[in-house]
Amino acid sequence: MRLSTVFREAVSGLRRNVAMVVSIILVTFLSLTFVGTASLLQMQVAQMKNYWYDKAEVAVYLCSTISPANACPQGQASEDIKTAVTAKLNEDTLKPFINNFYFEDHAQAYKHFQEQFKGNTVAKYVTKEQLNETFWVKLKDPQKSQIVTETFTGFAGVEEVRDQRSYLDQIFNILNAASLAAIGVATLMLFSSALLISTTIRLSAFSRRREIGIMRLVGASNFYIQLPFVLEGIVAATVGSLLAGGAVLAIVQFFVQGVLAPKLPFTNLVGLPDALTVFPILVGVGVLLAAIASGSAIRRYLRV
Amino acid sequence: MISISNVTKQYKGAPRPALDDVSIEIDKGDFVFLVGTSGSGKSSLLRLMLREDVPSKGSVSVLGENLVAIASRRIPQFRRNIGMVFQDFRLLPNKTIFENIAFSLEVTGASRSKIADKVPAALNLVGLSEKAGRMPNELSGGEQQRVALARAFVDTPALLLADEPTGNLDPATSAEIMRLLEKINEGGTTIVMATHDRGLVDMARKRVVVLDQGRIVRDERGSGYVGQE
Ligand SMILES: Nc1ncnc2c1ncn2[C@@H]1O[C@H](COP(=O)(O)OP(=O)(O)OP(=O)(O)O)[C@@H](O)[C@H]1O
Ligand SMILES: [Mg+2]
Repeated sequence: MRLSTVFREAVSGLRRNVAMVVSIILVTFLSLTFVGTASLLQMQVAQMKNYWYDKAEVAVYLCSTISPANACPQGQASEDIKTAVTAKLNEDTLKPFINNFYFEDHAQAYKHFQEQFKGNTVAKYVTKEQLNETFWVKLKDPQKSQIVTETFTGFAGVEEVRDQRSYLDQIFNILNAASLAAIGVATLMLFSSALLISTTIRLSAFSRRREIGIMRLVGASNFYIQLPFVLEGIVAATVGSLLAGGAVLAIVQFFVQGVLAPKLPFTNLVGLPDALTVFPILVGVGVLLAAIASGSAIRRYLRV
Repeated sequence: MISISNVTKQYKGAPRPALDDVSIEIDKGDFVFLVGTSGSGKSSLLRLMLREDVPSKGSVSVLGENLVAIASRRIPQFRRNIGMVFQDFRLLPNKTIFENIAFSLEVTGASRSKIADKVPAALNLVGLSEKAGRMPNELSGGEQQRVALARAFVDTPALLLADEPTGNLDPATSAEIMRLLEKINEGGTTIVMATHDRGLVDMARKRVVVLDQGRIVRDERGSGYVGQE
């Protein structure tokens, strides 16, 4: 087996089918760029999920002056109730699950509300007493919020128990669905590039059927006959996937970090290290895809 | 060397078999003409010998290989022991004469020194040493066929198959090719040649096998195109 000969054949094939090779490069470039962006989006969602879930707390809202009567028959929560809730949170049944908790009184709740709804007309009309006093409970494992919810639901003087994760779940379900859809589209694009590669290789084989016939005649092994075609596909796809990797790096560096990051100062956005993990995966996927697509195409062509 | 027994070749959709219960033995060093009208099955028989096709029935054994049972990955190795030439030369148009001949050695993994050794020898045999750097389209038909012969013979195969090698050539050039084939045969290479060239067959007085509608109707040594009767 002379590798120089194989490479020469591959190069001559590449030169002869420039338009086709360019189309392989473009389609792998586009589809892998999409794959790369979709996986970064997935990473971003996962990162945000971690971040926010870690911050999520369980709120035990105590009855206020405007709480509905069915939840709060005794009206506004008394000092006794606050003591009872504190005691309950410190009991051995709950304590092991709790990282820490703190009490937010009317004044603090009012302050937060004013900050949050600054400029909004509700901020003018709401009074301190209308806002719930709240026990904010931070759990060791946010997954195990149920035990707190169960303990305080129906507890005297408690209006409602709310796990913040329930809000986050809705948001992240939507984000997740969006990024999964992107991955679905990316997979379709990959599939179509595989088809294009195999068509291109078949055309390339057809345009060289004379050479192939002569190679078989003089006793070249199948591997030797097939190798230039597989290399042809791999070279083109490698160029495409390197371009795609470069595009993903550029998107992260110039768009995510350059444009988005200054506008979203409190969000932890994907950065170059993430893009650099995606890069070799893209090239690997591109090369593997091309090897499989062109290998099976040429094998099927030669069988008939 | 070649042993074919009770071979029938039925192509799909053909009304009658291309070869019909054909049996033939060819020994080492033989020179055999395959003759017969167009469609009588000459090319089909040669294709079976090169294992380009398998018989529908019967057995084919060439150079000690059972070609009905041979594993497909061993076929390339088998073909390296056989040279083949065709009516249409089958040269690579984008390679020089030298490269065309070297190509058949390269694909078998021959070393540079072997190529540097054997290609000029083959070119010398067919008398085309000065044209080594030319492209095939710069050569006459006869010269191109000589290149094809050099390519077939470059690795000194034990068997050379030729399917109408003089079909596109004028009588003088045909005679030249024939002289080359006889020279190769004298070196010990077995030759099986399908031809319509009556003059060549009559002149050479070799073994003649006549096919008619896929059957062997005559097999005679030292014979002519038509036979003695
Ligand atoms: N691939 C094929 N598929 C179907 N039929 C075929 C095929 N090849 C040959 N035949 C048929 O088989 C018969 C024998 O063909 P073959 O080519 O062996 O004849 P031949 O003696 O070489 O003829 P010629 O002198 O014209 O070259 C013919 O009837 C031909 O039509
Ligand atoms: Mg024929």
